[in-house]
Amino acid sequence: MHVPSATLLAQAVLSGLFTGALYGLLGLGLSLSWGMLKQINLAHFALAFLGAYLTYELSSHRGVDPLLTLVFIVPLFFALGAALHQLLTRFKVTAFNSMLVTFGIAVIIEALLQYTWTADYRKLESSYAEHKLRLGPLFLPVPELITLALGVGISLAVWFAMRRTDLGKAMRAAAEDAPIAAAFGVNQNALALMLSGLNAALAGVAGVCIALAYTLSPSQIYAWIGVVFAAVMLGGLGRPLGPLIAGCIIGVTEAVTMAVTAPSWAPLVSFSLLMAVLLVRPGRVA
Amino acid sequence: MSIDRRSLLAAAGALGAGALWTRQAHAQQPSGAPIRVGGTLALTGPLSATGLVHKLTGEIYVDALNKRGGLLGRPVEWVLKDDQSKPDLARTLYEQLVTSDKVDLLIGPYATGGILSAMGVAQRYNKTLVHHTFGIPNLAKYEQQFPAWSLGPDPEKTMPAMVLDALAASGKPPQTIAVVTSKFPSVHFVALGAREVAKQRGLKEVLFLEWDFGNRDFGPIAGRIKEANPDFIWNGAIGLEGNQLLDAMKKIDYAPLHHFYHVPAPAPMLKAPEANGALATTIFEDHPPFTNNPIAAEFVKTYRERAAAAGLPDTAVETQAAASFSAWQIIEAAVVATKGLDDKAMATWLRANKVDTIQGKLRFNERGNFGDDLGKVKQVQNGKWVTVWPKEWAAPGAKLQTRGVTA
Repeated sequence: MHVPSATLLAQAVLSGLFTGALYGLLGLGLSLSWGMLKQINLAHFALAFLGAYLTYELSSHRGVDPLLTLVFIVPLFFALGAALHQLLTRFKVTAFNSMLVTFGIAVIIEALLQYTWTADYRKLESSYAEHKLRLGPLFLPVPELITLALGVGISLAVWFAMRRTDLGKAMRAAAEDAPIAAAFGVNQNALALMLSGLNAALAGVAGVCIALAYTLSPSQIYAWIGVVFAAVMLGGLGRPLGPLIAGCIIGVTEAVTMAVTAPSWAPLVSFSLLMAVLLVRPGRVA
Repeated sequence: MSIDRRSLLAAAGALGAGALWTRQAHAQQPSGAPIRVGGTLALTGPLSATGLVHKLTGEIYVDALNKRGGLLGRPVEWVLKDDQSKPDLARTLYEQLVTSDKVDLLIGPYATGGILSAMGVAQRYNKTLVHHTFGIPNLAKYEQQFPAWSLGPDPEKTMPAMVLDALAASGKPPQTIAVVTSKFPSVHFVALGAREVAKQRGLKEVLFLEWDFGNRDFGPIAGRIKEANPDFIWNGAIGLEGNQLLDAMKKIDYAPLHHFYHVPAPAPMLKAPEANGALATTIFEDHPPFTNNPIAAEFVKTYRERAAAAGLPDTAVETQAAASFSAWQIIEAAVVATKGLDDKAMATWLRANKVDTIQGKLRFNERGNFGDDLGKVKQVQNGKWVTVWPKEWAAPGAKLQTRGVTA
């Protein structure tokens, strides 16, 4: 085992937090969809990469600031999410079948990405990537800081909306017991459409963050599924802060493992932690 | 403007080749039933970016071959299937090619996993298989398979030795080394070999790290490299991993002195400013003296045009395209020499003879039918890959640089 310096350890913790924030941002929409709409939406990952490619396209070829692409991406993805929900409810797709159907949609989106942007790697060269802040000996890259800020801000906002607003309470009530909620005047269909749109919009936001920090290729859609699913399950289904907290725990655990021992041990340590938490406190890390 | 002797000879050679190419083009029109050459490529899936390079190369070769009169006076048809980057699917498709499509000859896919699958099928039907970029020579057990990538039978020894030779001749020979590597099979065993070779040469190993293929967070790995501060990093990275590590090092303000990447993604690495000075191996680059070979010069020219038209981000010929082109040259040479399509006769001839390709003369008479390691060392210099070692293969005026500066 390697004894890391305090600087290396602190930088590893930061690195884990940054990666974890992206896990959390990607997991948030998935968790809400699974927990409140009973849809296991694998197309969420493909939507995130569609958002990343659109950001790349708008920024690299149209000169739009990557963060300003959110103005276009969020409403577009909201509409896509609502349409996807309409499709799933129209055919009365069950929770398990939703996983199969949305996997098919993910494959279609992947083919669309490859057709449009080819399988070659694409990297968004933005001015953000050139900037980083210094905190003593530590480095804080701006793209990762943006991801962390968006991850924390959006998770808190969704948590607040679910807890403190009538709309959020109605959504939770509909997810808990739809017939009783309907008896109290909750329009479940409209809320489900809205929630599905929100989830897809969150995928779009995660896509912007992916474009800022990572090189893109269509097949990378699948590289995130395992770890983000772990963050969602660890954080608890339908819990807005859960994926962020769980994502950060996984990210930091993996990063610290890499700093002190062989990096190839990192997934083993983080998934062992996942199993332990699921055994001791199932679905209640947050 | 002055023209040096080397350029003049190259230009004369290219002119001669053009004339030769044109004469051959009008030599004869192929006729009769086509000779069908079957193979798969990763046209979709994670390996498809490189698959497009091989597809384009094959199309260029077959077009030119048919213009030159085809093979045995017959036109050549390439029966190409998409293995979707899946070795299991490659196996099924090669079965189809042999049993259902009944192709005359087989040409391999690229990448080790797919080639191993094709090799199993070829062995079952006693077909000769010429393949493109097979990375683990020890696994090539079938006697009628022939590699077009001149790795040599022991790349885990010869590749690190060549890279360390190049560095030893530089202005700042390394005294310490960090070996960091993906556990992806075809790069991992060479990284382990690099540890041994470095030890034999007296380099002090200050860091050894392995990560699982698909690792996303390279921050802590970059941090450990920065703390170890080696003179030389042997990076057993494959694909984007090299860029990810470079990016992570840049984020903590660390620029390595000498750094080598086993299988980098060529185009993304060229586009990253922090990659300046990065080393890799090559069998071909599109600059002299490689392009002094008239066939290579013609191929480079056509490839650039077709790659630009196809919208590929990198239009330069390098290892993948050169290995692919060589595979077709090997097949053509064997058919012409044996005057037929008999798989066994072709295999026997190939083991006994050398084949002239754009990467040099290939022989197939050592373990796994590998021959000489014809690898060279290339480096990113000002946004371009240039060969820097051995000196006789260096691009005109190119020398090994240390942190972007010629020693």
